[in-house]
Formats: sequence, C-alpha cells, structure tokens
Amino acid sequence: MILTATFLSAFAGAALILLLPERRAPLAKWVALLAALTGLGFAKFAFLFYDNSPGAPHFQYLTRIPWIPQLGISFSTGADGISVVLLLLTGVIAVAGVLFSWNVTHRPRAFFAFYLIIIGGVYGVFQSFDLFLLFVFYEIVIIPKYFLIAAWGSTNREYGAMKLTMYSVAGSALVLLALIATYAASGAHSFDLFTLADPAKAHFAPGFQAWAFPVMFIGFAVLAGLWPLHTWAPTGHVAAPTAVSMLLAGVVMKLGSYSALRVAMTLFPQGLDQWRILIAVLATAGIVLGALVALAQKDLKFTVGYSSIAHMGFVLLGLMTLNLAGLGGSVLQMFSHGIIGGLLFAVVGRMLYDRTHTRDIAELGKMDLSKTLPFAAFTFTVASVASMGLPGFSGFIAEFTILKGSWTSLPWLLIPAGIGVVVTVAFTLRALQRSFFPSGEPSAPAHAFDPITVPEKLGALLLIAATLYAGLLPSALLDPILRSFQSPLMHGLLR
Amino acid sequence: MTLLTLIPFLGALMVALLPSPGGGQASRTLLSDRSPQAPRWIGLSYMFGALAIAVLLAFRYNHVAGGIQFVERHAWIPSLGVEYFVGADGMSLMLILLTAIVTPFAVLSAGPGISKLQVALILLLETTLFGSFTALNFIHWFLYYELSLVPAFFLVRSAGTKAATAAALRFFIYTLLGGLAMLIGFLAIQLVTGTFDLVRLANAGPSLDGILAARSGWPSAGLLVFCCIFLGLAVKVPVVPFHTWLPDAYAEAPSSVTMLLTGLMSKMGVYGFLRLLVPLFPQRMQELATPLLWLALATIIFSAFTALAQTDLKRIFAYSSVNHLGYCLLGIFAVAAVPMGAPAARAAATNGVLLQIFNHGLTAAALFCFVGFIERRSGGLRGMTDFGGLRAAAPVFAGLMGIAIFSSLGLPGLNGFVGEFLIFSGTFKLVWWSAALAAIGLFVTAVFLLNIIQKVFTGPLPERWSKFPDLTSAEILTVAPAIALMFVLGIYPQVLIALFNKP
Repeated sequence: MILTATFLSAFAGAALILLLPERRAPLAKWVALLAALTGLGFAKFAFLFYDNSPGAPHFQYLTRIPWIPQLGISFSTGADGISVVLLLLTGVIAVAGVLFSWNVTHRPRAFFAFYLIIIGGVYGVFQSFDLFLLFVFYEIVIIPKYFLIAAWGSTNREYGAMKLTMYSVAGSALVLLALIATYAASGAHSFDLFTLADPAKAHFAPGFQAWAFPVMFIGFAVLAGLWPLHTWAPTGHVAAPTAVSMLLAGVVMKLGSYSALRVAMTLFPQGLDQWRILIAVLATAGIVLGALVALAQKDLKFTVGYSSIAHMGFVLLGLMTLNLAGLGGSVLQMFSHGIIGGLLFAVVGRMLYDRTHTRDIAELGKMDLSKTLPFAAFTFTVASVASMGLPGFSGFIAEFTILKGSWTSLPWLLIPAGIGVVVTVAFTLRALQRSFFPSGEPSAPAHAFDPITVPEKLGALLLIAATLYAGLLPSALLDPILRSFQSPLMHGLLR
Repeated sequence: MTLLTLIPFLGALMVALLPSPGGGQASRTLLSDRSPQAPRWIGLSYMFGALAIAVLLAFRYNHVAGGIQFVERHAWIPSLGVEYFVGADGMSLMLILLTAIVTPFAVLSAGPGISKLQVALILLLETTLFGSFTALNFIHWFLYYELSLVPAFFLVRSAGTKAATAAALRFFIYTLLGGLAMLIGFLAIQLVTGTFDLVRLANAGPSLDGILAARSGWPSAGLLVFCCIFLGLAVKVPVVPFHTWLPDAYAEAPSSVTMLLTGLMSKMGVYGFLRLLVPLFPQRMQELATPLLWLALATIIFSAFTALAQTDLKRIFAYSSVNHLGYCLLGIFAVAAVPMGAPAARAAATNGVLLQIFNHGLTAAALFCFVGFIERRSGGLRGMTDFGGLRAAAPVFAGLMGIAIFSSLGLPGLNGFVGEFLIFSGTFKLVWWSAALAAIGLFVTAVFLLNIIQKVFTGPLPERWSKFPDLTSAEILTVAPAIALMFVLGIYPQVLIALFNKP
C-alpha cells in the first residue's frame, strides 16, 4: 500500500486542484507541493524500509488485485531495488519541479493538475508488475505532456510538443503491438510479468523473440532517447516549460530505459542476444554524437538537451553489457542523470530564462551572470561538475561502473565511450565558461535581475543534496540495485 | 586523519556562508563597511588549526615502527571494492605538513586584497590536498585528485584576465584528460586483481604485471596500463613534453595561487609516482628506466634553458619549478633503475627526492610570494628588465628574496642544497651518466637565478623605482617563517629525514 500511496497522492492532488474554485487558483501550487511532498515521503519510506538483507525477498510491498480476470489482467504492483531507487528519483524530481514552477501564474490549476497526473503515471510505471497496468500508466504520462508543452511552453512550443508526442505515440504503438503479440504467443493467458517470465508457464520461441524483442525494445527506447530516434528530445526539452523539461529529462526518459529493461529484456533474453551488439553500438553513437552536437550548440538549453542524449547513451550501453557492473551502473546512471539533468534544466529554464529572456550562450555571456546571479552561477557550476563526471558526484560512480561493465563484455566500445566522456567534459566546460564566466569585462551595461527566490534555492539544494548523496554514499542505492539483478526475474540477463 | 581533512572543508563552508553584499568577488570592494578581513581571518584560523593537527600527527608518528599509521578504514562501496581508507606514512606526513604550511603562507602573501571566494576556494583546495595525501584506496584518492581541479580552476581564473581564463581551461582539460587515462589504467588493475586498495596492490606489486598479462592474454597489457597511469601523473607534475599547460597557468594565476599550484598541486603528481607507479610496477620501471631517465633529463635541461630565455619573473620561476621537479623524477627513476644493491646510494637518492619535494614546495612558494609583492608594488610589472638596483631602494626585500633565490639555487646551508646533493650523490652511484647530464641543469639554473639577482637588485636604480617601498612588517612576518625554515632544513635536515627513516 505504501507504493500505491505514491501515485494515489499525486492523482488525489490533481483531483483536488481541479476542484479548487477559480478565486482559489493561487492555492494550486501549495496543493501540488503538498501532494509532491507526500509522494516523496512515501517513496522515501519505501526506499528506506526496503529490506536488502541477503535472505529477504527480492520483490516487496506486493499488492495484487484481480482487475479483468477474463483477460488475465490484474492490478499488480511491487518493488525491487531498481524500482525503489527510481521511485525515490521520481519523488525528488516531483518536489523540485513544483518548487521551480512557483512562478506559474497562467492557469495554474490546469498546469499543476497535468503535472501531478504525469508524476502519478511515472510512479505507476515504476511499480507495475502487470504489463497491461504498466502500459496504462505509461500512456497516462504521454498525453498531459502534450498539453503542458503546447500551452505553457516557450520557443517553438507547438512544433516541439507535436514532435515529442508523435515520437512517443509511435513508440507506444510498437510497444502495444509487441505486448499483444506477447500475450497471444505466451499461451499463459496472463499479463503478469512474473508469469510471463517464468519458463514453466510461458515460453517464447526464439523465432518470436527475434522480432518481438526489437519491436518492444525500440518502442520503449524511443522514450529513452536511443540514437537515431532521439530527435524529439532536444526539441521537446527546449520547448517545454521548466518543470516539464525537468520531468522529461529527469524521469520520463527513464520510463523508456526502465521499461526496456523490465519488460523487453526480461521477457526476451534470446532476442536480446541477437540484437545486443547493434543496440550497444547505437547507444555508444548516442554518447559520442550527442556530446559532439552539444558542443556545437549556441542555445544553452539545447546544449543541456543534447547532453541528456549523451548521458542516456550511457544508460543504454550499460544495459547492453549484461553483467552486474554494467546493469547496476545503468540504473544508477538513470538516477544520477535524472537529478543532474533536472538541475541543469532548472538553472537554464527557470533561474536564467525567466529573468534574462534569452538562452543564447553568447548573450548570456554578456550579462556578467557570476555577479548578477551568483546563486545561479553556483548551482550551474555544481551541476556541470557533476555532469562532467567528477568524483564525489553521482555521475562519476555511475559512468565509472558502466565503463567497468563494458570493459568486461564490450571492450571495443570503451574507446568511443571514452571519447564521449572527453567531449562531455569539453561541451560542459564550454557552456559553463561562455555563459557564466566569460573572459574579459562584460560588454553590456550592468543588469539587475530579480534575486533567486527561496523556492528556487530550496529546489536547487534538494537536487544538489541528492547528487552528492548518490555520489558519496552510492552503496545505499547500488546495493539494492545489484541484488535485484540476482532475482529470479532478472538473473537470466547476466551473462 | 579524518578531522584533518574535514577542518579546511568546514572552514570553506564558514567562509562561504559569511554574509557579503554583492557576493563573490564583488565583495572585495563592497565589503569595506563590514569587516572586510573577516573571511581572511576565519580562513586563516582554520588553516592554522589544520597546521596544529598536522604537527601533532608528525610528533605522534612512531618512526621506529615506520610504515602506515593512523589508519581509519570503513566500508564505503563494497560492491566496487571502494573503501574509506586513510592513513599516513612518513612521506604522507611530510606532504601534509607542507600543505599545512604553504596554504596559510599563500593566503597571508595575498594580503588584505584577497576575496572571500578565494579564501573559500583555497580552503577547499587544502581539503582535497590533505585527502589525496592520506587516502589509500585508489578511488578515494582519485576523488580528491580530481576534485582539486575545481577550486584550482576557479582560483587560476580569479586573476580575471582573458589570458588567465584560457590558461585555467587548458590546465583543467590537460589534467582531467590525464586523470581519465589514469582511471582507465586502474580500472584494468581492479578488473584483474579485484581491489583498489593501494597497500594491497603495492604488496602484490611485483606480480601485478604478470597477472595483467595472463588475464588479458596479451603480454603488453601491463605496459599499456603503466603508460596510462604514467600519462596521468606526467601531466600533473609535469614532465616535458606534457608541461605545455604549466607556464601559462603559473604566470597568469594570481601569485598566491601559483604558490599553491607549484608548492602543493605539483606534489600530488610526484606523490602519485611514489605511491602508485613505483610500488605497482617495479619491473616495468626498471625495464623502462633508460627512457624514463631521458624524460627526466629532458625535463631538467629543457626547462632550465627555457627559463634562461624568459624575462617575465613568473615564467622564469615556473620553468624553474619544472626543472626542480625534474630532479625528483631523476632520483625516483634512478632508484627504480637499480632495484638491487647499493643500499646507501638508493637511500641517499630516496631521501633526496623526499627532501626535494618539501624544499621545492617551500622555496617555490616563497619565490612566487616575492613576485607577488613585486607585482603589488609595480602595478603588475614583472619583467626582469623592468627593474634594476632595487637593493638600494628596498634592502630588506632584496635580502630576503635573495635568500629564497639562493635556496632555489642550492646554496649549501640552505634547504635546497641538501635535497639536490643527496639526489645527485645517490643517482651518480646508481646511473652515473644521468647525474652527469643533469648537472647541466644545475649549472643553467645557477645562471638564470643569478641573472635575476643581477638584473633586478643590482646596478643603477631607475628613477621610477626610487620610491620602491621596502617590505612592510606584515610582509616580513609572512615570509619570515618560510625563510627560517629554509635555514633550519639547510642546517639540520634531520628534522624531516627522521620522519621517513627508521633510526
């Protein structure tokens, strides 16, 4: 029930906001904050009380209620170490996103209601063990995104929103096709993941896996920004309002990688073996090309957007290593990039753009931001250092573990991935330096910007604390993640 | 141990949280109504606290027993073999002492103009230095090694000029790339040995090469890993030809920051050679001794001649720093070249290297401190030919800086002599030709250092400098401890040598 409470609190918050009378509209953000904090509380609770001792069951907090028994669909939720870590991430990003949307005055009720619906859907995906339920939650996330971007977005918002939704829907269509085929082919008459993954109850012929795996994996991986199907991400991120960029980079992209791992890879290990090398190469291409394209951007938000592609490339590369280090590092990288990507978008979208009304790196460079907005400069510096993968922050330990995993199983990808790391350092430094610490005297007259508000500071500190926590005490996250890969459901993935 | 690392960090937090209208660097001008010196004094008090602990540790170190002491060990990331593992042997303690001495020296030398941000960054840098000199698990060590770049980057940039920005970027990228190479090297080691524990790896040292070759099925695997780690450290020290980031960074950074860069951060590289490369790859070091010695010689001779061609005082001292660290490498490589026999010569060279590390830290910091004083008086001018005859105008200045220059030159009775003498006498017995060639460097160093004395302090005093102010009493107090230490270590080096030798 703890798990169910995470998404219930989000949906309840959304309902409550919609019930607010017009004159009480400014209360919406407080309700949203309360709902997000409640969700974070439950997620935190689930994370802290997840029993990771050697003999404990792998799947905990299980709830199972028959829903459409005729079709073998049930409301089945639970969590293993991977789920609790990602639920925690969702909670943190949800709270930070509300804090960074404190200045939304245009139709706040609709904004926060849509926002909470997305959050609820994300919580739901991370805990569903019934594929139908998972897909329902997955779809719940996609539709409100369109409205949030199209109505509250910035640059080119209709185009960005439409492109993002088209890609998401196309991905979902592939997933749906594969899901139905899976249901039919299994003969188990069930959408339950445990049943479908049990060779005694369901069997998928290698020939079936060979096409079902890529269809389902790619369907999910579109959302994870798999190169070359990633182009929706930078455009969408840039078009979205700040809180939605944070959600997209922070958790929505993780829905893709998580579901690809949880469903496609778990169900079709033989299909995975056939497609693994190709996907690993695409992932590495994403790392290198994402970083190179980021290096060429003039718009700071696009730089951050492409950096997400590079970082998600690491997630996908880690998944394809099929060893403990790589898989564990991959989930840790989902958490890490969620936090760091969220923080970067928060600085660019909220702290800077709402004040300077530009995201052009050269324009920003003229505003002497390290003096006019010192807190934004500080936050962006910390986020950049974390994004570069310097030790002490979460990015280092995650990417390091992934590189370690790929060294063992895909050593020939180490060199391109290493180049990707170097280019990541280069573009991050370039963006940091040119926009916040340009050399020489500022050419434009001194600007006076509104000081950074308290909610922004709280949100930034929350995210900084999270990346430091994962960077300095990674065991707290890594141990439950690593043990989960030995569960009966997942251990078939280890080669 | 943990406390030692923590103190400067807490100090940095304290300083950073001090109220300042305008914040950051702007506080330099805006703070005049509130106590503008508060960050500096609070920072200094934390630094002296760290110094007290460092001295206490040095006294409590049982050098009869030797080895690594004050060990603290906790599980950290067991799934990756990462531990929180700190401890110190004589070498670490010496570097801790050096750090604890040079850091407040640098802050004092910057005078009251130092900003809150700079003090906080210097304290952060001190934390990472202490951390890297005490950590005994590779990842734990690497954390500090890489993080030290962040405050250093911003400190170099704090000069505010365009050139400083470019230099900081170059410094950051070079060192980070070196670090990445090193990380990959250690990843390979961890994959075959299953540990990041530097002590255990050092004990397994002689067999490591064989394990790497056997596990990868490729006889040169060990060589590749060796090269990766070597590259990382060579950039940091730096070794010619990996030094190109250095002159700009040293010259463009504020002088007090250069004191930290040369006095302390370069020592991270030398320490890395002694702590990582030598114990882990004794055979490779022996096999490759001849090319390595040539690299050390190139570092010594090339940097000496380049220094000769410079007129900017900061650049001269920057190249001179490269030159002095070259002697450390010469000693290290010579000892590695002859792993058996000649115990006296090996001991002499090893002690020489360690002394040279400390001495160079102290002397180079003092030299850059004086350059800082000159810049403050001349409005930023620091070309050798811009000055002349300053001895007449500022006798105390000339005298004290003269002592520092002579210490750098290796005059007997001052600290520089002992280390270089031990290195040369040891190396000469081990690998005579390298010592003979390196002597060219000694000679050229003497030439360019004496040249400085001649051009800056003697000769006719130009009209414009006739009012060149002498050292103030605060400045004398700043440099006095360093000068005193130069004499103490020159006359009685036993104080330090006792730390890393069993009686």
